[in-house]
Formats: sequence, structure tokens, C-alpha cells
Amino acid sequence: MSMPAPVPTPETTWFWEAARQHRLMLPKCVSCARTHWYPRAICPHCLGDASDRIEASGEGVIYTYTVMRRVAEPYALAYVTLAEGPTMLAQLVDCDFNGLKVGGRVKLAWVPSADGTPMPCFTPVA
Amino acid sequence: MTIKHAAFIAGAYEHPTRKAPDKSVAQLHAECARGALADAGLTKDDVDGYFCAGDAPGMGPLSMADYMNLRVRHVDATDIGGSSYLMLVSHAAQAIKAGKCNVALITLAGRPRTDSRPRAVNPDQPDVQFEAPYGLVTLNAYALCAMRHMHEYGTTSEQLAWIKVAASHHAQWNPHAMLRDVVTVEEVLASPMVADPLHRLDCCVISDGGGALIVVSPEIARTLKRPLVAVRGAGEAVKHTMAGAVDLTYSGGRVSGPIAFAEAGVTPADIKYASIYDSFTITVLMQLEDIGFCEKGQGGRFVADGNLISGVGKLPFNTDGGGLCNNHPANRGGITKVIEAVRQLRGEAHPKVQVPNCDLALAHGTGGLLGTRHGSATLIMERL
Ligand SMILES: [Zn+2]
Repeated sequence: MSMPAPVPTPETTWFWEAARQHRLMLPKCVSCARTHWYPRAICPHCLGDASDRIEASGEGVIYTYTVMRRVAEPYALAYVTLAEGPTMLAQLVDCDFNGLKVGGRVKLAWVPSADGTPMPCFTPVA
Repeated sequence: MTIKHAAFIAGAYEHPTRKAPDKSVAQLHAECARGALADAGLTKDDVDGYFCAGDAPGMGPLSMADYMNLRVRHVDATDIGGSSYLMLVSHAAQAIKAGKCNVALITLAGRPRTDSRPRAVNPDQPDVQFEAPYGLVTLNAYALCAMRHMHEYGTTSEQLAWIKVAASHHAQWNPHAMLRDVVTVEEVLASPMVADPLHRLDCCVISDGGGALIVVSPEIARTLKRPLVAVRGAGEAVKHTMAGAVDLTYSGGRVSGPIAFAEAGVTPADIKYASIYDSFTITVLMQLEDIGFCEKGQGGRFVADGNLISGVGKLPFNTDGGGLCNNHPANRGGITKVIEAVRQLRGEAHPKVQVPNCDLALAHGTGGLLGTRHGSATLIMERL
């Protein structure tokens, strides 16, 4: 069973358009030069209303995770701290759920949701 | 302005039902209101302030005020999830102090056990598109915190299990509790893993039901025949994902706790009984650290070996059995936290769990999701 599709809002259509090209984009505020997550039109650090968009390298580290087992198809949910700084929620995919570790390195992996929109997920790297 | 001794909790009522297929949610609210007013020795016509959370059926307080035909001059339906009702006691005390009302009614009710339809998601909620598709739900949001706590501080599943064990020791004396069997650490660890590292017995019950409180001015409290339970201090806070600087090692209790203790002019060491929101065992452990009952990271050691069991440990907690064993009406455990604290302060808890000479109690809660965004509320109460 695939993930439900995300429902974009007018301020995030650009993010999901980039996702369709398998590019994970982060907003970077023109005023304070800081990145944030989840993407907003208004900077949550300074309320600046102009932002650049930078492409994430796709490298990250597992901040924490859990394996949801009380369901027909177990799945791993995690917070991943990106190399660029922000920590984002995602699923961990293509991995042994019993071998996951806090602090483990991961890389970006795109997984199509129910309507085909790719969701940014991560997979452990050695 | 301080609310210290500005208001008294004159009525408290926990609905005895745990499954109510034959009652409506509005009816449960009203039955709770009726019970709390009777407990206080007041009538509906005495109520001039009404408080509920955003989940009450209808728009905020409007439909319930209409259903109960309340003639009020002050309302508040601030929603911070399950901890709303702890906060609403503070808001009621503030309103009373400001002269906006004299008799405040607070109600909660719901039927998640009978009606398990998932709550509707509002796509305008800005975080939903970045969380819901991944399968974020209540259970795994708390599990994420537990996993990080274990990594950061060496907290163990055995230590978390002690919280459930303590709750079960108390629940055995509560005839209304859903789970009355005393369990052991081994039994908690042997229960199925539902979301690593949380076991099934690390989770609270799902129950229909509700509760209500009556908060009154000092002048009115002194005319009533109930023991005087005063509000002594309160604090509230919101904690969230901090623009991506996620830190799951602490809750909003780190803010709300010290505010409440400062207002009350007491310290955690003075507290004789504590109601601590127990949606999951990890919720209790983190909150105890955050509001100052032990150092950050020492929660595991603090809760182990029965330290939360009344008559055994240093900090008797949730002597009704809490959400873990007794009741978690409407998936919102804040009101039962206040109710059991009031019982303790009045000396009306079950004799097997009553804390001797309990004159200072605390109730604290977390509402929303500990792993994303939540509200925290701390309430310190005193028997005068
Ligand atoms: Zn900025």
C-alpha cells in the first residue's frame, strides 16, 4: 500500500514540482540567510517574505526513528537531520527494520505516493 | 496579577462510563456538568462562565452552551489537546480574578472507543502535507521521543515499564478502572512491540467518557460544604519543531513547570501528590524531568523500583490508575488529572492510595503530539 499523496497548499506547489524531478529543495531566507523545515513562504526565523531555494545534498543522519508494527505492513518513521541543517520527518525505506540505528547515515530515496507525487524518504548507507 | 488563591476547585466529577454506545457526546458533557455541580453543591443557574476545548461538538463553546441552556458571560474554548483542561482551570481562575465570572464550568466528553472514525485532517494545517503521508500518528510520534531518550540518556524499557507497573498498582483499587490487574515489569516487556521501543502496555487505554470541574471565586467557595482546594499556581507552554531544529529530548513542561512553581512559591520537593499525563509511559518520564522532579536524563532512575507507587515511593502519581489503566476519556486525559488531584487534596482518594495529609498537589499534562507540536500545562493546587 502506497503512502497517501501530499496535499499541497499555494505556498508549496514549487516544492512538490521540484519533488517530481527528484530534487529535495529547502527554502533559504533572503533576509536572514537561514534554511528551515517544513517549507513556508514566510521565514519562521525572521518572518522575511522572500526566500531562495537550495537543493539538499540528500545526505543526512537519523536523529530518531521508530518501526510501526501494529499495522498490516510495518513501516519505519524517522527524523533525519539533513547535512544542510534542518531535521525533517520521513520514512526509512529499503532497509532491515531491525538494523536501524540513531546516528546512522542515510541518503535520499524517492518513493511515489498514491497519486504518483514522489515523497522524500531515506535509506541507510554503510 | 497572580491567580494564587484567587479561585477554588469546588466541584469535580469523573463520568463512570468507559464505553457509551447509547449516549451522545453532548449528553456526556451535560452528565459530567450535572455531576460536578452536584459535587460542588451548586446548580446550573449558578454557572456564569463556560470552558471547554475545541473538540466539544459544535463551534467552540456555542453548541454545548445552547444544549445545556447556560446563561454565561464568559467563555473560553482554547484547545491544546488533552492538556487543555489543566490550562482551562488556570484560565478560569484568571477570569474569576478579573471579575469576568464567579462560577466556571469546565467539561470534556467523547466516545473514541465506540466511534473509532479517524479524526478529519484539515489540509490547511501547514504541516500535514509533510507529515501525514509518512504515517505519522499519535503512537509513533511518542515512540520517536522514547527512542531518542534511550539513545541520549540510556533510558531502558524496564524503566519505562515501572511507570505502567505503578499505575496498575493504583488501578487495582479503582472499581471503574478499565485495567485492574497488577502487572510486572516482565509482563510489560513481554507485551507486543507496537512502535519501537514502545510495547503495548506502554500505551494508555482508549475509553469513552468525560469529566467536569467547577472553579469558583473565594467568596463562593467559603459558602460551600466542600474542602477548600485552591489554585496556587499555573503555567502553560507550546513546544514544536522549531523551524527544523527538532529536539525531542524535552517537552513544553520545561517552560510551564517553572512558571507554575514560581507563581505557587513552592518547589517540586514540596509536592505530596502528582497527576502526570500518561498517554504513554515515555510521556510521564519526560514530563517528570521537565517540570523538575529530577534532572534531565535521570527520569529512568527516578521512576524505577516503585518510586511512583503510593505508600512505597517518594512521588505517588496517578492514584486512580491514570490513563495507562483507568480512563483516557475522549483521548484527552487532562481533566482526570485534575480530578484525582482534587480527590487527594480532599482526602477522598481510595484509602489504599490516599496520600496522608495531602495538602499540596500538582497536575501536569501534554496535549497534541510530543514528537511534533504540543501544549503543556502545569497546575499546582493546595488544600487550605
Ligand atoms: Zn529569515
